Formats: sequence, C-alpha cells, structure tokens
Amino acid sequence: MTDMVEIQNLAKRYESGFEALKGVSLNIREGEILALLGPNGAGKTTLISTVCGITLPTDGTIKVGGFDTITQYRQARSLIGLVPQEIHLEPFETVWNAVNYSRGLFGKKRNTKLVEDILRKLSLWDKKDSRSMELSGGMKRRVLIAKALAHEPRVLFLDEPTAGVDVELRRDMWKVVEDLRAQGVTIILTTHYIEEAEAIADRIGVINKGQILLVEETGALMKRLGKKTLRIELHDAVAAIPEALASYGLTLEDAGQTIVYDYDTNAERTGIVRLMADLAEAGLVLRDIQTKQNSLEDIFVDLVHKQQEGAA
Amino acid sequence: MNLTAIWSIYRFEMARFFRTLTQSFVSPVISTSLYFVVFGSAIGSRIDQVDGVSYGAFIVPGLVMLSVMMQGISNASFGIYFPKFIGTIYELLSAPINFIEIVIGFVGAAATKALFIGVVILITSALFVDLTIAHPLAMVAFLVLTCVSFALLGFILGIWARNFEQLQLVPLLVVTPLVFLGGSFYSISMLPPFWQTVTLFNPVVYLISGFRWSFYGLADVPIGLSLLAIAGFTALCLGVIWWIFKTGWRIRS
Repeated sequence: MTDMVEIQNLAKRYESGFEALKGVSLNIREGEILALLGPNGAGKTTLISTVCGITLPTDGTIKVGGFDTITQYRQARSLIGLVPQEIHLEPFETVWNAVNYSRGLFGKKRNTKLVEDILRKLSLWDKKDSRSMELSGGMKRRVLIAKALAHEPRVLFLDEPTAGVDVELRRDMWKVVEDLRAQGVTIILTTHYIEEAEAIADRIGVINKGQILLVEETGALMKRLGKKTLRIELHDAVAAIPEALASYGLTLEDAGQTIVYDYDTNAERTGIVRLMADLAEAGLVLRDIQTKQNSLEDIFVDLVHKQQEGAA
Repeated sequence: MNLTAIWSIYRFEMARFFRTLTQSFVSPVISTSLYFVVFGSAIGSRIDQVDGVSYGAFIVPGLVMLSVMMQGISNASFGIYFPKFIGTIYELLSAPINFIEIVIGFVGAAATKALFIGVVILITSALFVDLTIAHPLAMVAFLVLTCVSFALLGFILGIWARNFEQLQLVPLLVVTPLVFLGGSFYSISMLPPFWQTVTLFNPVVYLISGFRWSFYGLADVPIGLSLLAIAGFTALCLGVIWWIFKTGWRIRS
C-alpha cells in the first residue's frame, strides 16, 4: 500500500514562540482510516491546518499524493477535503449554493447529480434551499461534510467531526466514513471519542505537545498495550484481602463484595488459575466473575502521562 | 489559471449583492437626488457655471467618483473581511487557487457592484441635468479603472482589519475627506493658490480631474498625469496584495 500523505520533520513555531509541532513525521497509507488522538492543544488541528495549506510550516515537508504542498500546492490541495472543527458557514447562503461553491473553488465544473447524491446521503436534500443560519448545529455540521466532499477528495481530514453531535448524526457520519473507505478515500480523523477511534480506525496515532507518541494498528495497539481486569464478586463481603493473597496486588471494591485483579494478557502466565485455587483455599466463595478489556482511553492516558513524567 | 474557482468566488460575491438588490439600487438613487437638491439647487443657484459648464452638470463626475470609490472599497473590504470574521476563509486557503485568482474573484465582484452603482448614479443624474460625454471610451476606462483600483484598496483594508471598526476607519477618516477635498464639487482653480498646491498632493484630485475631462474636456491636471496616477495607484495596490499573499500577513498563521 502506497503512502498518500508523507509528513517529514514538520515543525510549526508561532510568532509568540509557541511550538505547536516539533518535528512531526507521519506517513498515512492510501485508503486507510487514521485516528489522531491527543488532548486539547496537542497539535492535532495545527497538523491538519498545515497539511491543508491554512497554516504555513516553519520547517519540514509534506507531500499529498506525491505532490509537495508548497511547490505543487494545486495538485496536492485538489486531493484534500477538510471538515473543520468549528462550524464555519456563510449564514445567508443556501445549502445548495454553499456546496456548489466549494466544488467550484476546487476547479470542478458543476455536477448537480453528484451534489444531490451527497446531500441525500447526508440527509440534507430537504434542506437544500435553506440558509445555513436556519439550520440546527447538527445540520450545519452535515453541510460542512457535504462541502468537503463536493470536489470528490482522495484524502479527507475530519477534525473532531462528531464533537457535540447527537447519536443519530454520529452514526450517519460513521456510515459516510465507511462508504468513503470503500471508495478508497484516505481518512484522517481527530477525535476526543476514543471509542470512535477504536471502532472505525485502521491505525491510531497519539499526539501530545506537538510530538507523535506512537502510530500503530488499532488491533495491535490494543493487544500490545492492552491489560485486562478480572472482577470477582464474592458471596460474602470481606473486610480485607486475606494475607495469603497479598502477592496478587488485589484491591477491594463495593464494600468488600468485589475483588479486582489486573493482569497482562501478553504475560507468559496470567496467574488466574493459581488465583482461583488460592481463593478457594482461603475459603472465599465466588458468586460471579467478569473480565474487562482496558480501553484505548486507558492506554492513551497512560501514554500522555508517561510523556509528561518524562518531560518533568 | 483556475477559471472555475474565479467564477465561483465572483458568483458567490455577486449573490450577496443580489440578495440586497433593492437596497443597493435605491440607496444611490436617493443619495444622488439629495446631492442635486443640496448642491445643485442650493449652492448651484449661487454658482452659475464652472468653466462654461452648469454647476449641476459639473458635479456629476465628482458624484459618480465619490460613490464608485466608496462602493469599491466597502464591497471589497467586506467581501474578504466577512469570511475572515466568520471563519469560512479556511476554504479559500485550502483550495487549489493562488492569490491572483482570489483577488480577481473578490475584486472583480466588488468592482462590478461599484460599476453598477456608478451607472445608476449617471442615469439618475441625467434626470436632473443635461449630460454630455465628450470622450465616452475614456469615461468608461476611467470608471472601470477607478472601480478596480479602489476595490483593490478595499481588499487590502479587508485583510488588514481585525474588527468592523477598523473596516470603517480608513473609508471614513481617510478616503471620504480626500474625495470631498479632491475637487468632487468644485474646480481646484477656484481655490487660493496655496491650497491649489496643497490639493495636488491629494491623489484623488487626479482621478476626478481625469474623469471630468472625459465628460466636458475640462481638467485641473493634465490627462496624462491622471492616467499615470490611476495606473500607479493600481500597481501599488497589486504590489501590496502580492506581498500579503506571499507572506500570509493576517490571513495565514
């Protein structure tokens, strides 16, 4: 699979001296969905803005579809669609005109059939003659997506597209993303919703303080960094963990009714079998057992904290 | 050249104009009529003729210039400032277009609107006074060049402005006085010699003088100088805009 976006040593320093990006290198494969996670101010939007040409890089190179975004900006930008984080729409313009305007800006001739298809897919067809100011927040966000898709981009940047939208719209967006993936469109998604990244991304990148901390296949990342938690509900609550079980690092929850055991799925031995035997030997009667996979959120928080501790 | 993009920007901007067509049309008609009532009747009754032209007819080129300059500036400045203000400028910056195409789209639309207003004022004026146009081609050339050059100035102001107050600052505090003191309603030969010399430092004098020459063959300054002034002003604005897009000043962070 070839790389659709190639970012090499990208740096962005603002006049104030703030370094939003510190030598970011990132390759995004054609047709994949990459989710970029990071806390507020991590550099996600700056990275997207720089690739799209809205922000000028201080250093480094970016290629989209093999075209340099500075020296071959026409070819590079014609491949890119952008859905910004904030809702920016001309308030007095109709949805139909706004979407056609976006297509025109990219040098594409009018294609009413295509624009109609996009609007229908995003449940906007009934609103095509409405002015943007008359639409709800969710509808406005759909218009932003329609505008980004109007010129048939090969790379789509979605900057927190589901922030603050209802469940229905989120599902619609995921459906659109799936359809685009089926068409071979490369999608870069920034999000705060880690379950969203987990559900739809092929790879996940974590960015913090202007640096990429990791980029890995979603499944591999979960496997590599994933931990599981075993929750053992007891028949009778206990006041403390029996001395014989001290080596397991168990914790008590629910007023002594539940014992919690964290274990590494990749370890040679999880210790579960031995724990069960020791529990029985200690005279504890079990009522129920549950296991829980650690979420990507736990991994993400762990990574960011480790970086902060490293910096300190 | 991305002609489709230029046409899209142009159409989009013109749509804004057509949304308020009545206001755009009625406003210049009323203000022109008022100028004729105040200047033509009240003052004109005391000034019979200026260089052989009735005072009412004499002020027509100045009136047209006044409106065209202000409209060119306000339309272009608002046209580019509004996307900055509401954030839609991201679309322009991320589209595969260069600064020349953006400028042609925005300035072309603003100049068209200004030209439309100029023509409306000319037609309205013809209802009040007998108009003669000695050099029609030169008149059209001066009118179009003024629309374009002041739309370019407006475009620069729109990029420079950080708020709506700044957007109004230069037109109100700089351009309006220059236009009123630039011989819109009088010939500079009517001023004392000292003020005649001072007035020659006002660039608007050259534009109004050239435009009036195209109507009546009368000019306060040589016509060649007028042409040079408007060409120089246009070139200066283009140079500033080229620098703005090259450096990304106030548009790209």
